[in-house]
Amino acid sequence: MTDRRSFLRMAIMGTAGILVAGCDRISQSGWGTRVLGSAEGLNRRVQALLAPSSSMAKEYSEADISPVFHANGTTQPGTPAYRALMANQFRDYTLQIDGLVNRPTRLSIDDLKKLDTRTQITRHDCVEGWSAIGKWQGTLLSAVLDHVGVDPQARFVVFHCFDEMDVGVPYYESVDIGEARHPQTLLAFALNDQPLPVPYGAPLRLRLGRQLGYKQAKYLSRIELVKSFDAIGDGKGGYWEDQGYEWYAGI
Amino acid sequence: MVVNTESLTVADIDAPTPEPRASSRQVVYRHALPIRIMHWINVIALTLMFFSGLQIFNAHPNLYWGNRSDKGKEILSLAAHQDATGSLVGTTRIGHHEFTTTGVLGVSKDGNGMPTVRGFPSWITVPGPGWLAMGRRWHFFFAWVFVLNGLCYVGYSLAKRHLQHDLWPTGADWRGIGRSIIEHIRFKHPHGAEALRYNILQRLAYLTVIFVFGVGIVLMGLAMSPRMDAVLSPLVEAVGGRQSARTIHFIIAWAFVAFVLIHLFEVLISGVFNQLRGMITGYYRIDSGEADTVRIHPAEVETARVDTHEVDEVTPDAPAATEERPHD
Repeated sequence: MTDRRSFLRMAIMGTAGILVAGCDRISQSGWGTRVLGSAEGLNRRVQALLAPSSSMAKEYSEADISPVFHANGTTQPGTPAYRALMANQFRDYTLQIDGLVNRPTRLSIDDLKKLDTRTQITRHDCVEGWSAIGKWQGTLLSAVLDHVGVDPQARFVVFHCFDEMDVGVPYYESVDIGEARHPQTLLAFALNDQPLPVPYGAPLRLRLGRQLGYKQAKYLSRIELVKSFDAIGDGKGGYWEDQGYEWYAGI
Repeated sequence: MVVNTESLTVADIDAPTPEPRASSRQVVYRHALPIRIMHWINVIALTLMFFSGLQIFNAHPNLYWGNRSDKGKEILSLAAHQDATGSLVGTTRIGHHEFTTTGVLGVSKDGNGMPTVRGFPSWITVPGPGWLAMGRRWHFFFAWVFVLNGLCYVGYSLAKRHLQHDLWPTGADWRGIGRSIIEHIRFKHPHGAEALRYNILQRLAYLTVIFVFGVGIVLMGLAMSPRMDAVLSPLVEAVGGRQSARTIHFIIAWAFVAFVLIHLFEVLISGVFNQLRGMITGYYRIDSGEADTVRIHPAEVETARVDTHEVDEVTPDAPAATEERPHD
């Protein structure tokens, strides 16, 4: 009986193992990743049809807010520039906005608060699978874009961050202009009625209503408008995108 | 010869018949080419979605109910800790019950034989090593294959009336359900022409798998998409929240596994080579020689829809199946 059972177990594990090993070879091949990755474009286009660009993420009530919002990724940037700002409670912080804009500008948190702001209780969905609900307050990115004037050639907004994922490899992210102008796309400076704490991206982070957590860059230092992000990082439009994750993170 | 199914008035025979044990066999064209192609595409898509789904699950091997993943509120959790000797111990917690599952769940050996902290073991995830980005690529690619293949199947089956004729239960099917359950428990399978039509339990199983599991798992997958939730939030809230949708997605995935295991078992005990041939070449042999195992409900012998390009096989001298059982 034991023999038969262990034989069966070996057979199942062996068959599955061969399948997995075959799939691993495909995963490591250039063509395999390209073919499998073709679903991303389909997801982006079909989801844009089914959930139009104007559609809004659900907003929750105060009662729905997570008792503890899980802080993920970098929770304490170690770069000297960031440490210097943190030492002074970010009073010297300004956000640099440049690239394909009419008026390259630096804005302090107080400057940002003078533009159109919004408060939203939305759900944060991590690519790993977990969710948390928080109350975010921030300036509409569209208001910032209007403030600096966007060159019509600009197609993407790139978010440069203070935190480095590896020495000399800063976090960055990007969204297209349409997503940037969505009314729930905020440069958030407060979480649950408190100035944004360090583990959540102090003093300023991106919030998107309808994409996964890794798109929501923390510790923003600079916003750059570009025609293409090919020349930034490894050219995939974000730190995690350079590691093989999808640029379109709507699913 | 042509199987004239109108005349297949096969008797209910509980005792061995006096007929000779052999051997009128007919080979009938049972599964149309598009159905066979879609069946095997589905096998590949479901397998790879299951394996890559477990890879994605491993990135956060806990399940919750509601919208949030609050620590301490897991309804299922695959985890690991070190025992007094420093060895890794894998645990599976369901509600408040914790089981040690070292070697399979929580802790299992990686490709180099080293115990590693991971939800499901590497031999059942695609890719084998922990690699969420690639797991997602496999999963979404084959999700499209699964959805498009499923839509083609439903469209084809409606157009060809496969759904209406072969899968939708008839009144007689419903009346025979008790008997069908007993036959399944006793592993009795119909032979002869009756084997060609799906019994009530098969019909219900297939309809459930297609329209409850299939539709449900796709909807629960979409309900996890933050972009889709901008329009699907009524559905998300109806099932309890995004984490509930994730939990239901996981449960349906295992329900598919349960279905596949039962399906494979039934194929194995009802003539594995004949069944496999049926789903590969389309041709399925009905063997009327083994009368002692025939279980047929007289009331249910309807027009079995058999495409009539069949082939006559073996023992041409033996009487044809349609003539073999003269008595009702």
